[in-house]
Amino acid sequence: MKKQKPRVAFFDFASCEGCQLQIANLEEAVIDVTKLVDIVSFREVMKEHSDDYDIAVIEGSIMRPMDVERLKKIRKNAKVLVALGACACIGCVQRMVNQWPVEESIAAVYDKDPALNDNPYFANFKTKALDEVVTVDVYIPGCPIDRDEFCNVLAALLQGKKPPIPDYPVCVDCKKKENVCLYELSRVCMGPVARAGCGAICPTHGSECEACRGYVTHPEEDAHTEVLEKYEISAEQIMQLKSMFTYRYIEEKAKAEVEQ
Amino acid sequence: MSEIAIKVDHLTRVEGHGNIILNARDGIVEKVQWQVTEAPRMFESFVRGRHYHQVSHVMSRICGICSIGHALCSLKATEAAMGVTISDETELLRKVALHAENMQSHILHVGYLVAPDLFRKGSVFPLIETHPDAVLKIVSLHRLANQMSDLICGRTTHPITLMVGGFTKIPSEKELSTLRDRLVSVLPVCDEVNQLLMDNLHLLPDFTRETEYIGLTSDTEYALYDGVIGSTDTGTHAVADYESIANEYMVPYSTAKFAKHARESYMVGALARFNLNAANLTSGAKAWAQKFGLSPINCNPFMNNAVQLVEYYHSVEDSIRLLDAILDTDLKNETATYTVKAGRGVGAIEVPRGILFHDYTYDDQGFCTKANCIIPSNQNHKNINLDLEAFVPTLLDLEEKEIELNLEMLVRAYDPCISCSTHYLTVEFT
Repeated sequence: MKKQKPRVAFFDFASCEGCQLQIANLEEAVIDVTKLVDIVSFREVMKEHSDDYDIAVIEGSIMRPMDVERLKKIRKNAKVLVALGACACIGCVQRMVNQWPVEESIAAVYDKDPALNDNPYFANFKTKALDEVVTVDVYIPGCPIDRDEFCNVLAALLQGKKPPIPDYPVCVDCKKKENVCLYELSRVCMGPVARAGCGAICPTHGSECEACRGYVTHPEEDAHTEVLEKYEISAEQIMQLKSMFTYRYIEEKAKAEVEQ
Repeated sequence: MSEIAIKVDHLTRVEGHGNIILNARDGIVEKVQWQVTEAPRMFESFVRGRHYHQVSHVMSRICGICSIGHALCSLKATEAAMGVTISDETELLRKVALHAENMQSHILHVGYLVAPDLFRKGSVFPLIETHPDAVLKIVSLHRLANQMSDLICGRTTHPITLMVGGFTKIPSEKELSTLRDRLVSVLPVCDEVNQLLMDNLHLLPDFTRETEYIGLTSDTEYALYDGVIGSTDTGTHAVADYESIANEYMVPYSTAKFAKHARESYMVGALARFNLNAANLTSGAKAWAQKFGLSPINCNPFMNNAVQLVEYYHSVEDSIRLLDAILDTDLKNETATYTVKAGRGVGAIEVPRGILFHDYTYDDQGFCTKANCIIPSNQNHKNINLDLEAFVPTLLDLEEKEIELNLEMLVRAYDPCISCSTHYLTVEFT
């Protein structure tokens, strides 16, 4: 039997499920989405489930061996694997837990309550993004994702086009909005290195960009440092922001330095 | 010899991952259990070291559905720690933001997650075909709530504008006035949606079990943003005593902590708030409570769904009142002045699923050194277990599929938010 529409399945791992919530927040447009694709699995909103799907959309970070097993199974079933949101793409704020050795946290947990000793649900390792475990085909960044961007990416996938995710910094969008630069207001901002696509939503609302969408592919970190020096921003101040959503880059940089 | 073995792995149409286990033989229940298997995310552990102005942005990420509530509770705790007094305008706007989130969460739960059970469907999608008018009305109530959040918080999920001492940006007078008019015009739609549930109310199981109900309470208003801790068993308690209310403990089959107070378990959420504070609902909300046959103390957990619709109505009417008060004077967007200092503060707030506590300690530079959060869904897990134990024996004559559906409906009625409830373990590093 010929398949009528592409089959899409949603899955989630460690996350707040706020990115899947953005699908519900499409309101009436969800009905349009269901006209283009068959949603065959979406635990948060439906009871039905099928392992026969073309596109797997996955929210959440990977934190336990049992999650790895489940993710690998999904990868095997899916033709296209989409990482949905900051948890799946870079590890989001929960990656900050990687600042401490995981053994220390597990030991602290087990010592504290012997009831947990045989509980596989607590076998945490360091927080990982999806592409540290399996191959990811498409990334939809952000905390939370932008729901219009989700629709645009889905439409591109269905037409066999490249997903329209910008690869320039938030500053570009921020300038277009004619916002006063937060550095001019003696504030700190990740705009110079953060990936655009959100419409510079945080600076537009008077709040600094926290780079929840991760960095652009080639961030001008040196230029950012020059900006920081110009405005006399301390290393500690910028590290507070850099370690918030984007601790992954700090880990990767440290790892690369060790390998050199 | 009849044997029933039900294992619902990863219960659907709830936020997060949980399982229901039931084993029964010859009409005797051998085991019934609500297990929470979500990965622990340990927010209280990694928020340490964060500067105070980042803390609410980090903590809102505990939950996508109640991110505004987490952010507000976080700000209240930080403001308590540093002795910050916010302006009346800030408090009024925060209350509207909290209403927006309660409305969004409640209509999502009743309209998208619970309604399919009443029609014996697996999701809301088939209802788009069979009941398009009803679905579109529900969608319109959902959209209104989200647009309220967008307007006041800058975004639907993970608020941007809420900050210590005030707002980074507030809406214009015109935007607030337009919102006020939209809220007035949506009341007839609320009536129609409530009537839909009214017509199907007989489909909710008639099950009651006495328990303790805990939530914020206040003499002057239906407590959501502020109040003292109220219990239907023990009266009122100071927010600072929250640890002796929740008495959290671990069980081996769950990554979420459990809680107990005067009895083996207690319930928080819309039904608990109604049981404590029904007298302070707005007039239209009171009228709907009466139509649904609700009066305090109601001990049917399935009626939590009906109270959520009553609360949606209350939030619309109360938001109109709040917006009138905001628009009565010129908008100022005053940020409180304060000095960063060391200290500890506790915040309590009612989020859609019940009472929430955040407790932070800061050093003299404003860096967080210790955090503790007690989440509504944790406080309900033991009550869900005890409800299941009492509910199952009344179901054993049904087909296994119907038993399973009834058990799922019971857990779903609590609207559990499992990501929230496993956001942490109290891990302390030295």
